[in-house]
Amino acid sequence: MSKATIEEKQYLVRFKADTESHLKILDQNTCLTDCDDKLCTLFCPAEVYKFEGDRISIGYEGCHECGSCRIGCPHQNIEWKYPKGGHGVIFRLA
Amino acid sequence: MAEKFDVIVVGGGPAGTTCAYQCAKNGLKVIQIERGEFPGAKNVMGGVLYRKQLEEVIPEFWHEAPIERPIIEQRLWLMDQESAVTMSYKGQEWGQEPYNNFTVLRAKFDQWFAQKAVEQGALLITETVVEECIVEDGKVVGVRTDRPDGEIYADVVVLADGVNSLLSKKLGFHNDLKPEHAALTVMEVLNLPTDRINERFNLEDNQGCTIEIFGDATKGNLGTAFLYTNKESLNIGVGTTLSSMIKGKLKPYELLENLKNHPMVRSLIKDAEPTEYLAHLIPEGGYNAIPKLVGDGVIVVGDAAQLVNSIHREGSNLAMKSGSFAAETILLAKEAGRYTEDVLDHYRQQIYDSFIGQDLKKYKDAAHTFETYPQYLKEYIPMLNKAANHFFTVDGMSKSEKQRDVMKMFTERGKWKTAQELYRAWRVMK
Repeated sequence: MSKATIEEKQYLVRFKADTESHLKILDQNTCLTDCDDKLCTLFCPAEVYKFEGDRISIGYEGCHECGSCRIGCPHQNIEWKYPKGGHGVIFRLA
Repeated sequence: MAEKFDVIVVGGGPAGTTCAYQCAKNGLKVIQIERGEFPGAKNVMGGVLYRKQLEEVIPEFWHEAPIERPIIEQRLWLMDQESAVTMSYKGQEWGQEPYNNFTVLRAKFDQWFAQKAVEQGALLITETVVEECIVEDGKVVGVRTDRPDGEIYADVVVLADGVNSLLSKKLGFHNDLKPEHAALTVMEVLNLPTDRINERFNLEDNQGCTIEIFGDATKGNLGTAFLYTNKESLNIGVGTTLSSMIKGKLKPYELLENLKNHPMVRSLIKDAEPTEYLAHLIPEGGYNAIPKLVGDGVIVVGDAAQLVNSIHREGSNLAMKSGSFAAETILLAKEAGRYTEDVLDHYRQQIYDSFIGQDLKKYKDAAHTFETYPQYLKEYIPMLNKAANHFFTVDGMSKSEKQRDVMKMFTERGKWKTAQELYRAWRVMK
């Protein structure tokens, strides 16, 4: 069996993205200078966070709203809210 | 003037719905607010629902609820890289009424359950986020939603807003979840025809099987993997504490792919079609992580109150029981005409006096111990596998010689150390 990528997994999920992000990096500088491992880019189950160039980009449209980044960011540098009512991830099955 | 209710329930999961159902059934004016498109749209669990606590709400619910299969076999795997020491209990009595537990798909089940509360008279509104509780003179008197003019008032607000309970955090009921108190779990639903499931898991149509997997599935980190049978699909997932993910720099979806490719798992899920991928946090802080449960005009239930028994994979049943206790307490408060903390404290006492408090107390140090001493999963499980392999391999060596080898394997690390470790594990599990 070949290993499925996160992109392939994310295609299985239904999202109704809002026009505005419900996730925000409070200070990009902190990510750049104080956070060697960029942990959010590793543990996020939907790979919402990517380190690109010199900043973290946020693909909030694919967020599962699990809250891992909310409590897992070692610098409490992520402002985390629920998406607006009816928006965000929509699980159909499990 | 905004409309006033007796009860506002925030959240459409099992805890909130149980409370809404019981309150509405007893004539209270209830509004239940769900942020998803429908109840269940934001909810995830491995998929095991226990019968007892829901039966207390809706007798013989299994005749009409969208359940998948009653579970007649529970398997436990202690998994190494290419092998597993396995145990199982299979009982035909679990395949008959009243059953023990079922596999369910949450999006279907939660919608059905919430509809039952609506039939009792609860008003359900969806696609609405509750942004905060409205507090007047230290008392919660309602909620503010993200709708225009979205203030709603009630005598009591029930917070069933799940593991990320921003509402109880805002009230100062807890200092937020710690990464070591939450399991990050990812899972997939895999479609597979019924007859293949039956063949591979040795089942008949209306029989289900669960497998809990320890060891290699989490790379020896504290956590478990699981594989559950639905009617025409399987739920497969894996989770470890977020702190283990961070420490080990693990990617959760890679753990899931490793699991799916494990030789013990691969054959069971062969040709099954992935149809959904889900991620969720499970509050596993246990007894010591339970937040403040009641305040003036407010009660916290379910995941928001950290009511999960991770050792026995019980959660939705604790959620339902807490929802029932909350409803009972609200009815008492209604009778007394007061919704103050001292009256609502009845709920807190019930939680701590019941199996919920007792079970969580029993295992209060377990998770912490297994996280602090990772050798239980990292060393003992591979050792057990090696021992079993050695003992059962016929190669001309006498059994007593093999037995000596196996004993040596366990005592090589120091008899005293091993004894200490076994004693420590026994103490936190006894």
